[in-house]
Amino acid sequence: MDKEFAARRRRDLIIAAVLAAIAAATPLFVKDVVVQNILILTLMYAGLSQSWNILSGYCGQISLGHALYFGLGAYTTELLFTKFGVLPWFGMLAGGVVSALIAMGLGYPFFRLRGHYFVIATIVIAEIGLLLFHNWEWAGAAMGITIPIRGDSWLKFQFLRTKLPYFYFALALCCIAWFVTWWLENSKWGFWWRAVKDNPDAAESLGVDVFNSKMGAAAVSAFLVAIGGSFYAQFVSYIDPESVMGFQFSLLMALPAVLGGIGTLWGPVLGAAILIPLTELTRFKFGGSGRGVDLIVYGTLIVLISLALPRGLLSLFSRPKKTGATR
Amino acid sequence: MTPLLETRGVWQRFGGLVANSDVSISVGRGEIVGLIGPNGAGKSTLFNLIAGVLPPTQGSILFDGEDVTRMPAAERCQRGVGRTFQVVKSFETMTVIDNVIVGALVRNTVMREARRKALEVLEFTGLAARAHVLASDLVPAEKRRLEVARALATEPKLLLLDEVLTGLTPTEAQTGVALVRKVRDAGITVLMVEHVMEIVMPLVDRAIVLDLGKVLVEGKPNDVVRDPKVIKAYLGDRHAVGA
Repeated sequence: MDKEFAARRRRDLIIAAVLAAIAAATPLFVKDVVVQNILILTLMYAGLSQSWNILSGYCGQISLGHALYFGLGAYTTELLFTKFGVLPWFGMLAGGVVSALIAMGLGYPFFRLRGHYFVIATIVIAEIGLLLFHNWEWAGAAMGITIPIRGDSWLKFQFLRTKLPYFYFALALCCIAWFVTWWLENSKWGFWWRAVKDNPDAAESLGVDVFNSKMGAAAVSAFLVAIGGSFYAQFVSYIDPESVMGFQFSLLMALPAVLGGIGTLWGPVLGAAILIPLTELTRFKFGGSGRGVDLIVYGTLIVLISLALPRGLLSLFSRPKKTGATR
Repeated sequence: MTPLLETRGVWQRFGGLVANSDVSISVGRGEIVGLIGPNGAGKSTLFNLIAGVLPPTQGSILFDGEDVTRMPAAERCQRGVGRTFQVVKSFETMTVIDNVIVGALVRNTVMREARRKALEVLEFTGLAARAHVLASDLVPAEKRRLEVARALATEPKLLLLDEVLTGLTPTEAQTGVALVRKVRDAGITVLMVEHVMEIVMPLVDRAIVLDLGKVLVEGKPNDVVRDPKVIKAYLGDRHAVGA
């Protein structure tokens, strides 16, 4: 049996475990709150981008509307918490389920669209979601929802004095999203997704259920992104439509994967590790007067990447050999 | 015994254009049948109707005794119809073995078994040495071979080959012919659309000639190539008189 393949799978898992262990130890050395903040966001976006990558990278259905699922996760959790007293942990799961269902509901008509039309539809739908929340009085409309803070509590997943619980949650999210991707990569779904991305007609002729493949990818992807949204809401403890459903979130989920290597296992993590600290640092440096500087940074990076390394930074490390026997 | 594949009075119209009119053919188990005819004869349309790309305007298609007229392609594949594409449709960003695994997953739900099946098929089709190369790095003849390998991995009862031998060098075509014979010897029925008469005629057990959307002649390859109607369809009236 294909030993080399099994060895590569194992190697990926070991690298991931080592990286996770190193990441878990960083708060021991990094006490600076600003840096901790950047680390949390980096881990969160790595997880989000990894989730985005499932639908858009593996299955090839490019979405620039994932902010919708991020926002839905945040809103479901906080509405359940502030209106009905449901603990955020349950709200988180509820948000995931709501997002997955909505992703499938939207997929039903939109997965018939191909290429650019699909991308445009995702942007438009996310904008509609944003407008709906802007005008929905019960959900706080444009004012948003302030999460009542009653002191540090694991039960309510809110912490004032320390950022560490958030850090570990973001790390867990990142690890889970990575592991789900790793696991799905060598499953029927993983193969179906890549086949659908590369050539839906050929996939169909080989017995692949193209439509349901896309639905499955959308559901998994939206579920994980919504968990990230719930987390973010707890982390910032105040949400309004722009701050959890704005277009920039869709971009920030797509860009790390594109930068690192779209449709690859390590691309999103690598991309996030470079992109997020960079944008956070520029934002920190330029403050309020620097609004948009981060956008200039993304833009420049994307232009450079697409010119020099269209398959992402990861292609620097794993050049598929033309004739050899390894990947 | 019922034939493996049967089309009954199949019509396909595209607007005003009649691509297939009243086509009734049958393919018996274990046969290699060639579907030939000049350009625009309706071969590809018929082929796509059989593969399930689209349903016919009229008529019915039976596979293994079951009416599959309106069944989508993916389900037909599960029933045992495998196909290749005239314009190759490899999964370009995937390795050769991964391409074949997609096919193998139809009958093997466990990944390990699907992988084993894929390796076996690569061995059978002579692609084993290229297993870990990206499909985009294959040369055209290898891509054709990959199309066949992928379809074989679905363990079809009927393999539909759409011009797999066209555009190959004579040596490549001969290896292709050998592969088709090997496939039939493995118990798989083959229906092949082909252009290159001199390659396909010695290979097939039976030839069906389509012209202007209709079945023109059907029979042993030797009889078919001598048939005045076939010569006329390919070369025009003048030559038919000479024959």
